[in-house]
Amino acid sequence: MLVVIVMVVFGIFFLVPKWAGVDIAASFVGKQADPASVEAVREKLGLSDPIYHQVWEFFKGIFAGRTYSGGGDVTQCAAPCFGYSFRSEQAVWPVLTDRFPVTLGLALGAAVLWLIFGLAAGVLSALKRGTFWDRGAMVVALAGVSLPIYFTGLLSLAIFAFGLHWLDAQYVPLDQSFGGYFGGMILPWITLAFLYAAMYARITRATMLEILGEDYIRTARAKGLKEQVVIGKHAMRSTMTPILTMLGMDLGALIGGAILTESTFNLPGLGRAVLDAIKTQDLPIILGVTLITSLAVLLANLVVDILYAVIDPRVRLA
Amino acid sequence: MSEKSKDTAVTIPAQGESAGDPEILLKVTGLQKHFPIKKGLLQRQVGAVHAVDGIDFEVRAGETLGVVGESGCGKSTMGRLITRLLEPTGGTVEFEGKDITHLGMGGMRPLRRDVQMIFQDPYSSLNPRHTIGTIVGAPFKLQGVTPEGGLKKEVQRLLSVVGLNPEHYNRYPHEFSGGQRQRIGIARALALNPKLVVADEPVSALDVSIQAQVVNLLDDLQQELGLTYVIIAHDLSVVRHVSDRIAVMYLGKIVELADRDSLYKAPMHPYTKALMSAVPIPDPRRKDAKSERILLRGDVPSPISPPSGCRFHTRCWKATEICRTTEPPLLELKPGQRVACHHPENFEDQAPQDTVLLSVAREAAELVADEVLAESAETSAAVAAEVADAGGAEAVSASTGTASTGTVSGGSAAADGADAGQESTEK
Amino acid sequence: MSDLTKSGAAVGEPTGASPAPTAFLEVRDLKVHFPTDDGLVKSVDGLSFQLEKGKTLGIVGESGSGKSVTSLGIMGLHTAGQYGKRKAQLSGEIWLDGTELLSADPDHVRKLRGREMSMIFQDPLSALHPYYTIGHQIVEAYRVHHPVDKKTAKRRAVEMLDRVGIPQPDKRVDSYPHEFSGGMRQRAMIAMSLVNNPELLIADEPTTALDVTVQAQILDLIRDLQKEFGSAVIVITHDLGVVAELADDILVMYGGRCIERGPADKVFYEPRHPYTWGLLGSMPRLDREQQERLIPVKGSPPSLINVPSGCAFNPRCPYADIPKDNVTRTVRPELTEVDTRHWAACHMTQEQRERIWTEEIAPKL
Repeated sequence: MLVVIVMVVFGIFFLVPKWAGVDIAASFVGKQADPASVEAVREKLGLSDPIYHQVWEFFKGIFAGRTYSGGGDVTQCAAPCFGYSFRSEQAVWPVLTDRFPVTLGLALGAAVLWLIFGLAAGVLSALKRGTFWDRGAMVVALAGVSLPIYFTGLLSLAIFAFGLHWLDAQYVPLDQSFGGYFGGMILPWITLAFLYAAMYARITRATMLEILGEDYIRTARAKGLKEQVVIGKHAMRSTMTPILTMLGMDLGALIGGAILTESTFNLPGLGRAVLDAIKTQDLPIILGVTLITSLAVLLANLVVDILYAVIDPRVRLA
Repeated sequence: MSEKSKDTAVTIPAQGESAGDPEILLKVTGLQKHFPIKKGLLQRQVGAVHAVDGIDFEVRAGETLGVVGESGCGKSTMGRLITRLLEPTGGTVEFEGKDITHLGMGGMRPLRRDVQMIFQDPYSSLNPRHTIGTIVGAPFKLQGVTPEGGLKKEVQRLLSVVGLNPEHYNRYPHEFSGGQRQRIGIARALALNPKLVVADEPVSALDVSIQAQVVNLLDDLQQELGLTYVIIAHDLSVVRHVSDRIAVMYLGKIVELADRDSLYKAPMHPYTKALMSAVPIPDPRRKDAKSERILLRGDVPSPISPPSGCRFHTRCWKATEICRTTEPPLLELKPGQRVACHHPENFEDQAPQDTVLLSVAREAAELVADEVLAESAETSAAVAAEVADAGGAEAVSASTGTASTGTVSGGSAAADGADAGQESTEK
Repeated sequence: MSDLTKSGAAVGEPTGASPAPTAFLEVRDLKVHFPTDDGLVKSVDGLSFQLEKGKTLGIVGESGSGKSVTSLGIMGLHTAGQYGKRKAQLSGEIWLDGTELLSADPDHVRKLRGREMSMIFQDPLSALHPYYTIGHQIVEAYRVHHPVDKKTAKRRAVEMLDRVGIPQPDKRVDSYPHEFSGGMRQRAMIAMSLVNNPELLIADEPTTALDVTVQAQILDLIRDLQKEFGSAVIVITHDLGVVAELADDILVMYGGRCIERGPADKVFYEPRHPYTWGLLGSMPRLDREQQERLIPVKGSPPSLINVPSGCAFNPRCPYADIPKDNVTRTVRPELTEVDTRHWAACHMTQEQRERIWTEEIAPKL
């Protein structure tokens, strides 16, 4: 499965520029390209080789490392080799490993927040269906879903960082300062979690309402179970099934880079990297991030499938 | 393609006497439907649900054939096969002598006028966004028929035929109760004057008092319009009420096919007998007379891997070795009563040499009251004696194959055959 | 609420703040109403009955007659699990073994649920939680009411599964509901409902979702278990065959009210309400000679929002014009005792009904 996705992604990145008439070598060299240096780059990157050969070289690079040589200029790229950035001429892999923890931290932290608040709000709304609380929560949820990140993000920055000076909107790596990391991440977390919590609250409410109408919930009550057990155990376990599916998808997608959040808060994550790379036509970076994203989505789906089997015994058989 | 299969169908004469009979409206031979079970990424077939697994019957013009059986016996699939909503895996379906087994959508179109279906659930089988005028009028539009006097008039006539107010032409299905919706479904089915109506559980979603209305309506319509019905139901008392002949299905097979009265008075297949005895009798005074009830062990086995031989042998209290190894053919043992059993009730034993019960049968027999066992032995012996007196050859000629060879007098052979039976189980 | 005194009184019992009754279960003038956008749905509208231990009451009626709503009302399941604004409105009295349930503390009623009174539902597949093993669900039911460890509770679960006829109970206890067949699931459901030796068992359409041969097994099991446990049983069903098999007393419901109640024998052999006649005539029967024609009840069940005035059955009743002064359409008939322990709610005189039954109805059945 992963191989198929990689091939497709790779194919798109190598074929589309060619089809669109963009010369990768020329874009590498830049605007004032003289034909000789373009040719040199083309040879060094192996761009004139047949496509299958380029693909093979790329894969070999990931697992075994790769040597670029052209015009007596030899560059050794150790495994895992994703090539070199066209712009900074840095190897792509260290860029990915630098940026990845930032994005992962952002996604996981936000996920914890949105799960807690989204589920709680959804369950409460379902239990207080039709009341003032339910309507209020759902209006807030609607706002959360419809307001864009850069709006809520900039608003929170303006209030908490620049207005009240409660927080320093600066990214500090976790290994440098624990408090600094949290201080820098709390606003991005909340902003991102607000959007997702809103979606999760709506899904949770709808699912919970459906589950509460199930016969087995009535059975649980007929057994004399306390309402907390009926809701917290019997109903919640069933409600988790669709939530988990969503969580897997969302986490996978976010690990590929929460572009808007990262740019709004100036976080050095994968999303920023890919945004910058798109602006400068830095193909190797885009390719590297895309591969990471696909991998993350696949892994997240695998985890979800396993969790599914843990939750729902009917899945185990199939 | 249909031409070709027509030829082959003619070469297979089924049950002799009924081959070219104009009275036969629908004739089904060796009908099979297997639903493949697919698994994995490549959707490889890992097995099949043997929903209908080789059944033969015919429906005569003007009669009602009832089909009963428990869930999973294949009766609904059978209904969809004979109306060609599904394509059979094997066997043939002939309607008025024409092979319709593998006709495509286009080929079936003219036949859709003649064969109509009534569905179980009057709630989901009517499109909620269409008025009942549109629903009942749809068959005319689809077939491109303009009824005499205009579409609206004809639809209103149909509505009054099924006992609905013709002025409700412009209402939507949700404005009607369950019973009225079922009437709408019937009006739709009758629109094009069909010859055959297949009704799949037509009353089981309805309340008791409404069931009776619909049953009576079906009855009246049959008499007025000369309809032929195949009525599929799980409720034995409803089936008895509406049917002239009844087919009992078990795990994709017909185990007994008989005239109504013969079937209910003297069922020959043990399953039929058990099925009928299981129906709760609405009579509190018979509450203590439960001893006649035959309780079957366990549940119906899976149609994915049906039992060998006779499919009922895993739950039958009369099962012997032959039941496990040899599938009994559906034979006309009495006039108008076909049964597929080696050891039928109310009749001479078809495999008297085989007397040793399987262990499952011994367990099953514990659930059957002694009176029932004694009575069935008695009637079997009595019938056997009767048959022997009348010159047993008659019964033997009716049954072919392995079952009755060597049987001259069922009653005495049973005793002699004990040792032989032991041997056969040891093999 | 104003007619609260009116309806219950007819049965001959005092209403209002009455003393605890002598019967094990006594329901007095129970009303269950649901507010909806279209109006107030009067699902149960003044129902009274008693039930002794060791006896079985069959509640018969068509869909929407209020029979399931009654059972959920007794179990207190209309108030537990009611969230949001639209709450069911219950009034009347439900006395279980000397305790009035409607006015009792909800947590007290919860403790009675599953222990004193328990319930079997129609569709065992949807009534069992798909994600928990059968054993887990039975253990849970046992441990809510008994302070025992999981091991003991599981032993009890295995014992109960064995009692209801599940083969290899020590293995099947760890199976999930989807691994059971329909009949096995209903057996497991019964095991679960009996695990605490309840005094009152309510079986709501216990065999409707099952095949006829499996139904026979389950009816047999319920009968045996009742003999063994001596509980009071309420069987709710639309199938007259099922009640005839199980019930000592029968209560026929129509439009949220009881229209006839009495010993099974009387209700089947000397029914005194035209609706009961209609039910008996609608039913094809295997135990009789083939009827030429069924005798259906005309029309459809009443709307519970606009229940017909007078006798709720009057629009469908072929005899609605026999009583004088249009009384069937204006005055709601009360339950009156037609024979010992046999009540019916009809405006026709006893003699009229007796004559119609013996001369017109009974011969055609």
